[in-house]
Amino acid sequence: MHLAYPAVLSALLFCTGLYGVLARRNAILVLMSVELMLNAVNLNLVAFDVWLSKAAEETLHSGQALTLFTIAVAAAEIGIGLAIVLAVHRNRGTSDIDRLRDTAEGREPDGPDTDTLATGAAGEKAEATA
Amino acid sequence: MTTTTLAVLVPLLPFLGAAAGLLLGRSAPGFVRPLAVLPTLAALVLAVLVMARQGGGRAVDAVTELTPTGSVPVELALHIDGFAALVAVLVGTVATCVQIYSTGYLRDDPRYASYAALVSLFTSAMFLVVYSGDLMVLLVGWEVMGICSYFLVGHYWETPEARAASLKAFLVTKLGDVPFLIGLLALATEAGSFRITEILGAVAGGSVGHPTVIALLLLAGVAGKSAQFPLHTWLPDAMAGPTPVSALIHAATMVAAGVYFVARLLPLFEASRAAMVVLAVMAAVTMVGSALAALAQDDIKRVLAYSTIGQLGYMTGALATGDRGAAVFHLLSHGAFKALLFLAAGVIIHAAGTNSLAAMSRMRGLRDRVPDAFWTMTVALLALAAIPPFSGFFSKESVLGAAEHVATGHTGHAPAAAGWTVLVAALITALLTAAYATRLWLLAFRGTGAEAPDHGRQPVAMNAVLWVLAVPSLALGGLTFRLLPDWFDDNDLTPALTTSVLGTGVALVGGIVTYAAWRHTTALADRTPLGAVAAHPEGDAALVEAEVIASHRPAYGNLASAPDPSDPGRLLLGPVHRHAAAGFHLDAVYSALFVRPVLAGASLVRFLDREVVDTYVRAAGALPRLLGAAVRRAQTGNVQTYVSALLAGTVVLAVAAVLVATGA
Repeated sequence: MHLAYPAVLSALLFCTGLYGVLARRNAILVLMSVELMLNAVNLNLVAFDVWLSKAAEETLHSGQALTLFTIAVAAAEIGIGLAIVLAVHRNRGTSDIDRLRDTAEGREPDGPDTDTLATGAAGEKAEATA
Repeated sequence: MTTTTLAVLVPLLPFLGAAAGLLLGRSAPGFVRPLAVLPTLAALVLAVLVMARQGGGRAVDAVTELTPTGSVPVELALHIDGFAALVAVLVGTVATCVQIYSTGYLRDDPRYASYAALVSLFTSAMFLVVYSGDLMVLLVGWEVMGICSYFLVGHYWETPEARAASLKAFLVTKLGDVPFLIGLLALATEAGSFRITEILGAVAGGSVGHPTVIALLLLAGVAGKSAQFPLHTWLPDAMAGPTPVSALIHAATMVAAGVYFVARLLPLFEASRAAMVVLAVMAAVTMVGSALAALAQDDIKRVLAYSTIGQLGYMTGALATGDRGAAVFHLLSHGAFKALLFLAAGVIIHAAGTNSLAAMSRMRGLRDRVPDAFWTMTVALLALAAIPPFSGFFSKESVLGAAEHVATGHTGHAPAAAGWTVLVAALITALLTAAYATRLWLLAFRGTGAEAPDHGRQPVAMNAVLWVLAVPSLALGGLTFRLLPDWFDDNDLTPALTTSVLGTGVALVGGIVTYAAWRHTTALADRTPLGAVAAHPEGDAALVEAEVIASHRPAYGNLASAPDPSDPGRLLLGPVHRHAAAGFHLDAVYSALFVRPVLAGASLVRFLDREVVDTYVRAAGALPRLLGAAVRRAQTGNVQTYVSALLAGTVVLAVAAVLVATGA
């Protein structure tokens, strides 16, 4: 089998995953998209390992070994990820990532106004010198 | 014990007393009074012993060098001649009296412990100045006195007057001390030593260059410390301190330090005729101006303060005529009677509940309330006015005699012009002194109107001290004017007939004219009621005084004078009264010359700091803030935005890497 087929397939898988991560609003679907991306990488690893080991005299099949590792790590990751999503859902009643914006600066939709910040800073300064 | 050991103990004991008083003041209040009085008393006894041992003979000199100090050595040196021995006894006497008096005067004062310790420290510093044979060590005592004076003047720091006065006293004396220090260093460089004996030897050998410059620099410090024109303005304001402090510091000891310093180094000043003339003119202006101002003051203590300035003028006048014997003689007798005047004034202020002469002149029978203060103050005022046979007469006549001696050209060491200046000014001042002494006595004790308030009996400690000081005020001059020349330079101190008759004559004229003026004006007193009285029958005198000082300006519109038409001083001075009451507007001149430029400079600096420097500082802070705000806009909280940005960045980097790799 030519290397191009698995490579194109993995690129399509990766792009699908990326689209899912960027566009999906449900956290679980985002996690699933992450899995797609991971599996695209796994596919690449296996395909290139096979392609490279054809030419080699002797090989350790490190690409396939690494794939096994990645699968194990992905299983753990998805476990933790789903647990977090579950906890967030229980806590907030939603797992919509558009509404999970606690880390936003000032928690304002558009971010803080720079002018008010500057005048506020001047006011603080005046208080300190007075 | 040797004389040296005794002399070392004299400044040391009050110092240890001060240290112990400051340490134990809070934990053991019972020890504060003994710790205040006993070391000072012991120092007095030791000073008397030193005086007896020294006996006016050869000066006692002792030197020890603690550590090498570079080019010109600074040594712990004692130089006790007749002047030092006698002045130390005066300091000890007055300090002991003041400490005993203070136990009564500040009986209930919460800050008595620190007050007494500071007075002890002050006494110790004055002893150091008197005994020291090394100018650097002398300077230490000199400056310690300055800082003690600052703290003690500001004892009633709750009142704005006291706060302002303590700062003013400190700043004005420091204004003189800076040239003083430069002068000392220049003198030591010229003479190669800080030791007084070696400096005097160098002066005698003619090896001191620039004596005029050095003498004038030193005179600035002397003028500041001894409250001579033009640096005298701090002394009247310093009356915002407690009365015992005024008696100790601003009458008998600290202000005498400047005079004493010149007396010690008189040959240096004599080496420069210009310095002697400056000294004479300074003395003459100080004498006459302060006497005129004293005649216009309303606060009894300010009258005495201006009188102190005038009497110090007599001393510098005597120094300007090259007669330090007369100067120190007047210093001794003045120290006794001026301390007495202040302490008696403290009793009167407590009894009357006011420090205003205008208010006292509207009280009947004040003298019956305080008979001790009345009699002793009478004695002291007679001594101040130089009426024979009180001690002030003899000392003042010795000054007049010295001036007359120089004016008639009998001596070569001082210019005749200086003699004439001092003589004429001294005679005018004698007239004015008698006038303000009479005015003070008449207004305080011959008041008419309502009965004086009864503020209870005065403490025994206060009254007893008055009588102790009355003895030297009465008899010191008459008993000692024959003995003192042995202690001093062998200059005759016996009153000469001409000056005695002249001096006593003008004093009598001054007294009689004031009496006549008082008879003329006293009828007006009933028509214009005046007087604010702080009554605290159960409080101690210090409380009364603090209130009195704080209430003078609200009650009379002015710290110095009162709008009292029955004041004989107003009649005598005529149009001059307004200016004399304000101290001839010297404060206004200073404020225009120094205070306002400094304030203007300060506001300029504030402007530069706030508007110019701070702009850069604020900009340095604001720019990163703006950048940060811009960057923060990216922080939306949406994970997908971040990942999109990450992706975009990765794509850009990948494209760049590919472009670089292909060499496009």
